This record gives sequence, C-alpha cells and structure tokens, in this order.
Amino acid sequence: MAQKGDAMADMITPHIATKGLSRNFGGLIAVNAVDFEVPKGEIRAIIGPNGAGKSTFVGMLCGRIAPSSGEIMFAGQNITAMPAHRRIRLGMAYTFQITSIFARLTLKENVRLATSWRWNGDETAIQHATLAALEQVGLADRMNQIAGDLSYGHQRLLEIAMGISQHPQLLILDEPTQGLADSEIASFVKLIRDLGGDMTILLIEHNMNVVMDTADKITVLNLGSELATGTPQDIRANKAVQAAYLGETHA
Amino acid sequence: MSDSKKSVIFHLGFLGLLFLLQFLLPAYHHGNLARIMVLATYAMGYNILFGYTGLLSLGHAMFFAAGMYGMGLTMTHLGWTAGPAMVAGFLAGVLVSAGIGFLALRTSGVSFMIVTLMFAQAGFLTILYFGEWTRGDEGFVIQQADRVFAGIDLSDPTNRYLAALLLFGLCLMLTIRLMQSRFGHVLIAIRENEERTQMLGYHVHHHKWLAVIASGTMAAVAGAAYALLFGYAGATFASVQYSIFPLLWVLLGGAGTALGPFIGTLFMFYLIDLSSSLTTAYMLIAGVALVLLTLFLPQGLVGEWRRRVMPWLT
Amino acid sequence: MELAPYLILGCIEGLVTAAVLALMAVGLSLVFGVMRVVNVAHGEFFMLGAVLAWFVADQLGGHPAIAFLAALIIAPLLVGTLAMIADMTILKRVSYDPERTIVATIGLLYIIQQLTLMTYGSNARPVEPPFNQRIAIPWFEWVDGGLSLYWPWGLGTTSYKLAVIGFAIMLLLGIWVLMTRTRIGLIMRATQLDRDIAQAYGIHVDRVYAMVFGLGAALAAMAAVLIVPIQQAHYLMGHDPLLLSFIVVIIGGLGSLVGTVIAAVMIGLSDGLISVFFTPTLAKIIATLMVTFVLIFRPSGLMGSK
Repeated sequence: MAQKGDAMADMITPHIATKGLSRNFGGLIAVNAVDFEVPKGEIRAIIGPNGAGKSTFVGMLCGRIAPSSGEIMFAGQNITAMPAHRRIRLGMAYTFQITSIFARLTLKENVRLATSWRWNGDETAIQHATLAALEQVGLADRMNQIAGDLSYGHQRLLEIAMGISQHPQLLILDEPTQGLADSEIASFVKLIRDLGGDMTILLIEHNMNVVMDTADKITVLNLGSELATGTPQDIRANKAVQAAYLGETHA
Repeated sequence: MSDSKKSVIFHLGFLGLLFLLQFLLPAYHHGNLARIMVLATYAMGYNILFGYTGLLSLGHAMFFAAGMYGMGLTMTHLGWTAGPAMVAGFLAGVLVSAGIGFLALRTSGVSFMIVTLMFAQAGFLTILYFGEWTRGDEGFVIQQADRVFAGIDLSDPTNRYLAALLLFGLCLMLTIRLMQSRFGHVLIAIRENEERTQMLGYHVHHHKWLAVIASGTMAAVAGAAYALLFGYAGATFASVQYSIFPLLWVLLGGAGTALGPFIGTLFMFYLIDLSSSLTTAYMLIAGVALVLLTLFLPQGLVGEWRRRVMPWLT
Repeated sequence: MELAPYLILGCIEGLVTAAVLALMAVGLSLVFGVMRVVNVAHGEFFMLGAVLAWFVADQLGGHPAIAFLAALIIAPLLVGTLAMIADMTILKRVSYDPERTIVATIGLLYIIQQLTLMTYGSNARPVEPPFNQRIAIPWFEWVDGGLSLYWPWGLGTTSYKLAVIGFAIMLLLGIWVLMTRTRIGLIMRATQLDRDIAQAYGIHVDRVYAMVFGLGAALAAMAAVLIVPIQQAHYLMGHDPLLLSFIVVIIGGLGSLVGTVIAAVMIGLSDGLISVFFTPTLAKIIATLMVTFVLIFRPSGLMGSK
C-alpha cells in the first residue's frame, strides 16, 4: 500500500479500540461494556476513583486478564483472543502498577531482556536501544547495579525504561508516578511529552497535575463504565466527573 | 576479556584438571570419579530446570530411567549395539520429557512438584509391572561384550574415565553455551519474574517446555551412559530417592551455577562413601546435609564462591 | 462361589484403609491449609508413631488393652512435640518458603527414617491389638426357593478392624468440632485466611504454626498406632501412606477438611476394591495416574469449588 494510504488509514482507524469490553469477577462487574478509541500518537489518560476498573481495563488491553465479553482492536487487528506475549511483539509495552522488575539482575540485563528480541539478535541495535532507554529515564550511570538495590522510585523508572526500550507503538503505563519524588515526576512529565507523537500512550494516573500536563485527552471510568471522554478542559468542567470524584453515585 | 569468555576459559581449565587427575588418582578414586562425572551430568540436567529456570521437579528419576532403559532394553532384548542403543536412550529422554513436560507444565509451584513426583512414581511402578523385561528391582546386567563403542571397550577403567569425562565435558560446555545464549537469559528471567518475562513479549510456557526437554534429555543421556559404562540397569534408579539426589547435589553445589552440580555430587558421594563404612544408615548424612543447607547455605558451595570471589561465573 | 461376599470384604478392608488414611491426610491438609507448606516428612511422623507404639507397648507389657491405650496417648504426644520442635528450629528459620520447606522436610524425612533404622533396626514388629474377636460375614443363598443365611468359609473380619473405623470417625468429628466450634479453631482459620491480619489482631502466628504442625504430626502418629496391630511397625512404612495421603489431599482439594475425608473414603474403598480385581502394582499405577491427571486438569481438586 502506498505511503499516503497508510497515513489515511491511521487517521480513520483508531490505533487501539474496544467494543463492549466487559469483565466480571464472580458477581462483581469490574468493567462494564466500555467502548474506547484512541487514535495513533495520542496521549490518553485514564482516570477514575479507586475501584473504577482502570487496571482491569488496561489489563485486558495488554492480555493479562481475559475479557468476559467484548472485543479489542489494535492497529486494525482483532486481538481479543491473542496471548499477552504476542500482543507485546505486535508493538505494545506495559508497565505494572506494582513494580515488577528482575530484582537480582543488573539494570542493563533488565533492559536487555526487553530489547533482545526486538532487534532480533542485532547486538549493536540492542546495546544502543538499551543504553538510550536508560539514558532517557536518567539511570544510565547505574546500569551495572543490581536492580533490587535501587530505590523504589528508581525501580519504577527502570520499568518505564524497559517499556520504552522496545520502541513500542503503544505504551501502557499503570500508575507510573506512584512513589516518585517531585523532581522525578517533573522529569517523567517531560519524558512522556517527548515520547508522545512517536507512540500512542495510555496513562493510568492519580496525580492530576501529571494528567493535565501530559494528556491530549482524558477518559474517566467510574464503577466500571465510561463516564466521560474529552480534553483536559472539558473534563475539568464536567459536572458528572466532579460528582464522581466527590463520591456521589450516578445511575 | 568479557565475563562470558572468562567463564568459558575457567571451565575448560577445570576439564583439563579432570583430565590430568586420571594419571594421579589411585584406582579406587579413579573409578569413583568416573561415576561422579556421569552422575554430575544427571545433576547438570536437573540444574537446567531447577537452577536456571526455577522449576522444582521431584520426578527427574523418570528421565534418568528413560535413558537407562531406552539404552538397556534395546540392547538386551533387540540386540542393538552401543551406538544405536545410546541413541534410543537419548530419544526415550526426548519423548518422555516432551510428553511429561507438556502435561506437568499445566500446573505450577507445589502442584508441579507433586505432579512430577506422581508421574515418576507411576514410571517406577511401570518398570516393576513389566518385570518380565526389566527384571524389576533386581535389574539386569549389561554384558561386558556389549559395552563396546567403535571398537573401544568401555568396561576398561581408563576408557571408561575418558568416556565419562567426554560426556561430562560436553554437557558442561553445552550448559554454559546455553546459559550465555538469549534462550538461557530468558530462562533466567522466567526464574526471576515469570509475569514480567511474559509482559516483555516472551512465550513463557514454550520456553519452560523447552527447558524441561533439555533438562530431561540431559538426565536421560546420563542414565543411558551410566548403564553402558557401569553395566547395570535397575528399578532403584527410577525410585523417588533418585529424584531427590539431583536436587540434593544441585543444592549443595549451588543451583544455577554450571559447576555446582559436579561439586555437589562429588561432595555428597564422598560424604556417603565415608559414612557408609561407619553405618548402614548412611542416608542420615544426606538428611542432615539437606537441613543444614536450607538453613545456612541456600546458595550452595559454588554459589557462595561465585558471590564472594568470581561474580562472572556462569 | 459368588463375588458379592468378596466385595463386602473388600469394602471393610477399604474402610479400614480409609479411616487411617483420612486421619493422616487431615493432618497433612491442616498443615498445608494453615501454613501453606508441604510436609514431606509426614510419612515419617506416621512411621514414628507406629515404632513408638511398639516401644511403649513393649516396655509396659501387661494386658494388651492397657499397653495399647498407653501407646495411643503417648506416641502421638511425643511425635507432636518432636514436630513442634522441628517447626521452631527449622521451618520457622526458612520463613516457611514453600520450596525450601520441601527440601528441609525431605532432609527431616531421611533423618527420622535413618535414626529409626539405627536404633530400632530393620525388623518389622507387631503390637498386640487390645481385642480381636473374629467376626464372620454371613451371606444369603437360595435354598429350596427361600433365602437362607450361611457363612462362606474364610470370609470374615475382626472386631478390632471395626473399632478402628469407629474410632477414626470419632476423632475426625473431634477435629471438625475443634476447627469450627472452638476458639483455637477460629484462631487457626483466621491465620489460614490471612497471616498478616491475624498477626495484626494479636494472634501469635508462630505459636499457631508450631501447634498446627504438631497437631498434623500427632494425627499421623495416631493413625499409625491404630494400624500397627494390623500391619507391623517398620522403618520404611511411611513411604506408601505419604503418597496416598498426598493423593487424598489433592483429590479432596488442597486444604479442605471435608473434601479430604470424602477423598480418603473414595481412595480407601477403591484401593480395597481395585485390589480384588487387579494386581497391586497395576492398581497403584492406575491410582497414581488418575490422581496426577486430576491435579493437572482439575487443579483445585474434585471437591474444590473454584
């Protein structure tokens, strides 16, 4: 297909989308029939009160949790039944809400594991991507340290480095700034802004300043359903969202 | 020099030392060391799964026995010569480990241990049940005339030592090569954090299955070689005890170290050898060793050595 | 001769096996349920119970009933105490890490087994049952168009075997009451649900663990005292019951007491019945493989709810 056609397709088909996506745990409905679309290159924040189903929702996108019903489309492909590791190879990257690294390996080894299949054994490319990712999060000078010895905030940054080292098309970050110091948050915001445009980013975040500073658009989940989607200004002004955050229930 | 090169050279040097030892050792220890090298090969196979991939099997005796009987039965009942019979032992190992791995890997953790234990128990009972061919507990002797490979008499102590060293050396270098490869790194990643490994884009289940096959096949080759070199196959080698032994050897020597299985086997062999001259209850030593190890030396001998002296060891 | 009388005999033998197995498996299941560890030395606690029973009966002499009763009290107490010591000195120090616990209890297995070999020796020794009346099993046959009772030759059981079944049922009911109706049971269940929260509520988790481990071992020992008048005490006798109780605990659903008892009855009965039809080795192969496949395809056990 011609270059121009691809660009057109990118504008028309959303990069990641869900249709009627639901998940029940026993009798509990964690995510309820969510229709969701994000175009390529957008930074989308997903916010909502505790228990709104955010983590379950992105867990289904990346394949850690199987949906009860509904469909997931990624880059024009139906990936609902695809196992997680194949979704990653298709160009997704995911960082865990609770830090998940290889605690007994060095930082370099951690990131190498993320990059080694991506460049299919091309040693120069692997090393380059590994180093670049560590530099981007500001951990390059510690690359020979054991990951488990890092502070909590640095472990979170390492996890982000593992994600971006794969040069994914879609980066899913589950509460990345939890436990970071203010200075670290500032550089994180800058990092996300730099990455935006190159890749589509889904950001689950509690820190409203980070959300407002980075997101192109925001989707609000409440009680498993989509409450609103819009620009940061729209969401700030939205009465239903304010009410949800104040703890009032909406039918 | 890179760490991986240093490690390769160190282990090649170690193999050279083993080669030289045969000229120095008195006959008794010379024979022991040949036996230890074959058993250490079994332990190295176990180590691929337990030490590097983090999967604790309590049923590896079934792989060891698969090789042993794959070799011994084809030789005794079909009249195959040493070469083809060894290949039969190897193939038996591949088949059994692929099949058992496929089934057992549907479980994890404690269930995986119990499932492997149960399969091995079923295997052991099967050998007893077909006693007409396997001669059950009593076992069968492989005639000296059959223990000849390419004109070399493997029952001769010198040839036997060299054959054991060749087997051990090949498997040692193969293990090191494997663990320095991308595949080996993924196995270690699975041991360290399975979920993260999957979310980095690796097919964890597939890697684990290949690890079971590599581990089981190496154990089977050791079993086949044991029967060929020492001329005996018996159901004892399929019993629970022989599933526990490699765990013990690997833990003692150091799980996830290339040389740990050998050091552990050597240590335990002589501990039991010495104590069995004192008491019939020599397994007491094994028991005490296991408890002390879990309490005080969870990394094993080579593991501690690596931690303190040579952090670049594979 | 008809098959049916032999099936009845098979059932009674099976129920005796089931009774002993249930006690032993409940001990294993209790330890797994509350402490989340697999005790591979459980079979050796069983064996130790039998050997100590012989020792106590041998030392006391006198009427077999008194000697047996003494053994029934002393052997489980000693074994339970030993297990508590093992828990406090070994398991606690490896922080109940599942894999290290398995390795440590394998070590314990060899230590107990080999120490028994060194002291007690490799002979099998019997304990005299407290009572042992022969009970013949009657059967019916058609004689002249009517039913009449007869006693097939050689078909019978003993009063002691029936008593074992009855006693085991009482003990199991006792355990059930202990777990569901008493404060100690409540504490154990709380620890099982969430160790950290239990600790936060002031429960001495260490003590609960030691107690559970001791109780589990004592149950195994008690099962052994019951069986030793039927089977002799031997230093290797713990092996098969260990595997069987693993099977029972798995089929019953790991950690579920009711499931464990039901599974013990199933396994005991089928063991009794299968061995009427098959050679023991083939019966064992079939049973082992069946269980393995249950564990693979129904990981929560046959009785497990989820």
